Amino acid sequence: MTSTRRNVPKLLWLPAALAALFFALPLVGLALRAPWRELLQLLSGTAVFDALILSLWSSLLATLLSLLLGLPLAAWLASTRSVAAVLVRVLVTLPMVLPPVVGGVALLLVYGRGGFVGSWTESWFGAALPFTSAGVVAAATYVAMPFFVLTVEGGLRGLDPRPADAAATLGARPLRVFVTVTLPMLLPSLRAGLLVAWARALGEFGATITFAGNLAGTTRTMPLAVHVALEDSPDKAMALSVVLVLISAGVLFVLRRQWFPTLRRDAEVRS
Amino acid sequence: MRESGARTVVVFASASLGEAFEATARSFEDSEPGVDVVLHTAGTPRLVLQLREGAEADVFASADTVQMERVVALGRAASKPRVFAGNSLALAVRSDLQPPLAGIEDLARDGLRVLLCGPKVPAGRYARQALGRAGVAAVGSRSDEPNVRALLAKIELGEADAGIVYATDARRAGVRPASSSRASFVTIEPEHNVTVQCPIVALRRDDAAKPKPSADAFLAFVRSPRGQSILASHGFQAP
Repeated sequence: MTSTRRNVPKLLWLPAALAALFFALPLVGLALRAPWRELLQLLSGTAVFDALILSLWSSLLATLLSLLLGLPLAAWLASTRSVAAVLVRVLVTLPMVLPPVVGGVALLLVYGRGGFVGSWTESWFGAALPFTSAGVVAAATYVAMPFFVLTVEGGLRGLDPRPADAAATLGARPLRVFVTVTLPMLLPSLRAGLLVAWARALGEFGATITFAGNLAGTTRTMPLAVHVALEDSPDKAMALSVVLVLISAGVLFVLRRQWFPTLRRDAEVRS
Repeated sequence: MRESGARTVVVFASASLGEAFEATARSFEDSEPGVDVVLHTAGTPRLVLQLREGAEADVFASADTVQMERVVALGRAASKPRVFAGNSLALAVRSDLQPPLAGIEDLARDGLRVLLCGPKVPAGRYARQALGRAGVAAVGSRSDEPNVRALLAKIELGEADAGIVYATDARRAGVRPASSSRASFVTIEPEHNVTVQCPIVALRRDDAAKPKPSADAFLAFVRSPRGQSILASHGFQAP
């Protein structure tokens, strides 16, 4: 099956070009004003390395948690139309709609030392999430998981039900059907969901600085480091921003087949 | 939309000056009919960033001289900055902390969760000076808070045990019963405390040679007896 070229009305070309420009110009601006010659010098030092490593491992861990907790939730949401599911879906969507700072405040009120979960962990384990790297992961998971859940739920609802039905008819139990039939068909949605969750986790700022705090090495992720650098050394902020842009663009490029449907279809046609 | 008419004065003031300058602005508007004061407050480094990127302001009031010098270095100051008020530091402490803190040296207590503003934020810079003077320079912060209000909020919520804030913040919290019940304040001895100097300057807009007359009038008002009494009523000290 070849991809058909659709005729885009000429009326849409100009707004489309403006939209593309709207996205391209900030990157052009960054490229023009970034201190390229001093880049390596600005990026040297343990503070930058610490922020980068912290951002990478905390965002990956948040993505993993989103998978482990989000996949069962998405499976349940896709399987039912009950009132409970509607309510849960609203709850899951809320972090996407709320300003991240508000999410951070809410997390603080529950998981902080004064909150009912936090005071419990404080009295039993002597620790609570604020001001810890675990708190960074918690904040990132809170804002990123909704993206994963909604992507995967959409994917599940869009699956052809016949293979799973056939497997059930042949005697396979629900768990076996899920693992051997549904999940492999779900892979494209899973990959897209993991990617968007990871991207959101990597870029999280408001909830992190409010809930986890801002301490070099422990809770200062790359976005926080940019924020700190912005007020003191804009050149350093631009250098850090360039790093983040390059990493994000690099990952999107490497995973382009997952992200751009035409590339995937063309690849499948060729194989 | 910000108007740039001659009868509008845009004032950039550091966050610690917030309420005091709101009152000052209203009083100034009363005394100069037809003049509007547009007040914009934020953490001082943030204001300097905005001024560097070309924000149109007529007056800049800073929480410390270091940030003021950066604005002067930008070439935007219309004249030499003048100190118009003073401030000092105080300890903010979670009300149910046991045993209670007696002074700044107690911040070195084992296991105490201390919060300071970031080292480039004026309040954070002053706090580290005071800690040095008290001989407890090793006390570190759990997080570099972006401004004093965020720091106080975390103490009021019980997330941290103690922090260093401005004396004017202590005064302000005492006026609001709800939050003051969860955070109390301890004075810092004068020999450990830091004298905070707040300078103010009129700014040039673009390539205009002189600041607006209304900007100069605002400066004069701030330094007048009426302006000074408003600042004093908010806990600021005379320059």
